[in-house]
Amino acid sequence: MAKPASNLARRADALWNWVDTRLPVSAFWKATMTGYQAPKNFNFWYYMGSLALLVLVIQILSGIFLTMHYKPSADLAFASVEYIMRDVEWGWFIRYLHSTGASFFFILVYLHMFRSLLYGSHRSPRELVWIFGMLIYLALMAEAFMGYVLPWGQMSYWGAQVIINLFGAIPTIGEPLTEWIRGDFFISDATLNRFFALHVIALPLALLGLVLMHLVALRENGSNNPDGIEIKANKDENGLPVDGIPFHPYYTVKDIFGVAMFLLLFAFILFFWPEAGGLFLEHDNFIPANPLVTPEHIKPVWYFTPYYAILKAVPDKLMGVILMGLSVVVLFFLPWLDRSPVKSIRYKGLWYKIMVGVFAVAFVRLGMLGMSEGTPAQTIEMRVWTFVYFAFFILLYFLSPGGKTKPLPERLTH
Amino acid sequence: MPTDGVNKKRRRFLVATTSVVGAVGAGFVAVPFIKSWKPSARAQAVGAPVQVTLDGLEPGQILKVQWRGQTIGILRRTRETLDLLPEIDADLRDPESQESEQPSFALNEARALKEEYLVVNMHCTHLGCVPQVLPQVGAQPFEENWKGGFFCPCHKSKFDLAGRVYKGVPAPTNLTIPPYSFIDDTTLVIGVNPEGAA
Repeated sequence: MAKPASNLARRADALWNWVDTRLPVSAFWKATMTGYQAPKNFNFWYYMGSLALLVLVIQILSGIFLTMHYKPSADLAFASVEYIMRDVEWGWFIRYLHSTGASFFFILVYLHMFRSLLYGSHRSPRELVWIFGMLIYLALMAEAFMGYVLPWGQMSYWGAQVIINLFGAIPTIGEPLTEWIRGDFFISDATLNRFFALHVIALPLALLGLVLMHLVALRENGSNNPDGIEIKANKDENGLPVDGIPFHPYYTVKDIFGVAMFLLLFAFILFFWPEAGGLFLEHDNFIPANPLVTPEHIKPVWYFTPYYAILKAVPDKLMGVILMGLSVVVLFFLPWLDRSPVKSIRYKGLWYKIMVGVFAVAFVRLGMLGMSEGTPAQTIEMRVWTFVYFAFFILLYFLSPGGKTKPLPERLTH
Repeated sequence: MPTDGVNKKRRRFLVATTSVVGAVGAGFVAVPFIKSWKPSARAQAVGAPVQVTLDGLEPGQILKVQWRGQTIGILRRTRETLDLLPEIDADLRDPESQESEQPSFALNEARALKEEYLVVNMHCTHLGCVPQVLPQVGAQPFEENWKGGFFCPCHKSKFDLAGRVYKGVPAPTNLTIPPYSFIDDTTLVIGVNPEGAA
């Protein structure tokens, strides 16, 4: 028998009931958390999604506070960022939080996507989860690119120059299109101002909407798992999956542990190595933008360099742009390119393990070459890895239906 | 929704016409927003010709000025480098500048009004970076047999001392020559063609 409730507790209870009969809080909590059955064998790779969500919150929060001091004008932008770094109390912390957060966002998203390659999380019936994820990735790339322009340093300026001119490669409409994007005949105050608007309003709204769709689509069919079999195929007498556990408290607790470990690493970088030796914040971006001087070695931030290497590898402007675009677009089709009867790498033969391994090496190597000076030898290597990158998708399509597989288990393994 | 006694054809027609009118309206409303992104009247006004004095520009030196937000280089070439130009033709993508942009007066081997001065839009025709000027002849890390020219740090495009693009690099065409003319021997106007020329 419970202790008789105090007057206060009874009132709080009544208030709660009043809210819950008007706003379906507990029904929502049950549907998405306590009543949502997740496979019981999630491993390390399953931290990335919730951590990416955490970083999104960090970015929005730190971003709001940065806009309170930042000035989106070509004359004032660079100085206002330095002002944040030197004069605003804790300004350096908020700015490093935002810049470190941007790089970690991509680290997490790349690992999150690689998890899909391993366990076939993008395969039927979760194709739309993957598509929304890819749209998030695209929006994130636009968001990161425009954010990088805002400090108005040399890399901001010349990075914008290169990326916007990519659109100039489109026949006939290319030139007017770049002019329309810039809002001027060159990268100028007009460009900076609109990128600021897109960076702080338009794209964050789009991102939040896409994240919502990503999660709604995920909840509909539930998560995949390292075995790549459907837990809903095997239910107990209560209609619950035998190999399922409620998301809350099991995975909320697991994710909180992940958050703690992640924040430890995040804080270490933030406090001791925020520029990451020029990887997270490039050296040339500490020089104010100068339209008359191109830095000797232009390269995008690390998370764009694999695609940048593909662009550099092609000795033709239009083809380079097309191939670079294709290298991202092809990822959208991944759910239909993998036609293997099993989803997870665990039950695919050696062929898939080798392919995924080589693909991962190609992506990392392209990323490293994208940052390089581009000697003739490096250009040849870029071409080789570009070939490997695309060969992965073509081979996957043709090898996956007949590729060797192992028998799937009845129940989840550990 | 009750459907008895409903004229379905009429309902479909009304839904369709309402949708079309709505879509057209949305299209019209989009115009101001899309147009607001075009270069403003102020941006368009800042495009006047630029006068440059060439006094003190020694052979081998380059002077950079801005015209319409573009970096325009004025390179004073030596006789020797001009004599080297025809030798490079075989390594170039468009040695005759047939597919490149320049005023008709610059459609010659030196791509210039006065051979000595190369007046060139410095932005790489690939993605708009400003190439480095490396006028001296001799081996470079990217080219052993370098005859002098421009080298783009962004994507390794190479141009000779007339702004002509080499084969096998990303830039599709030669560097663009802007309209320009001389007021007197040492005064240049960028943005205005010589009288009688186009």
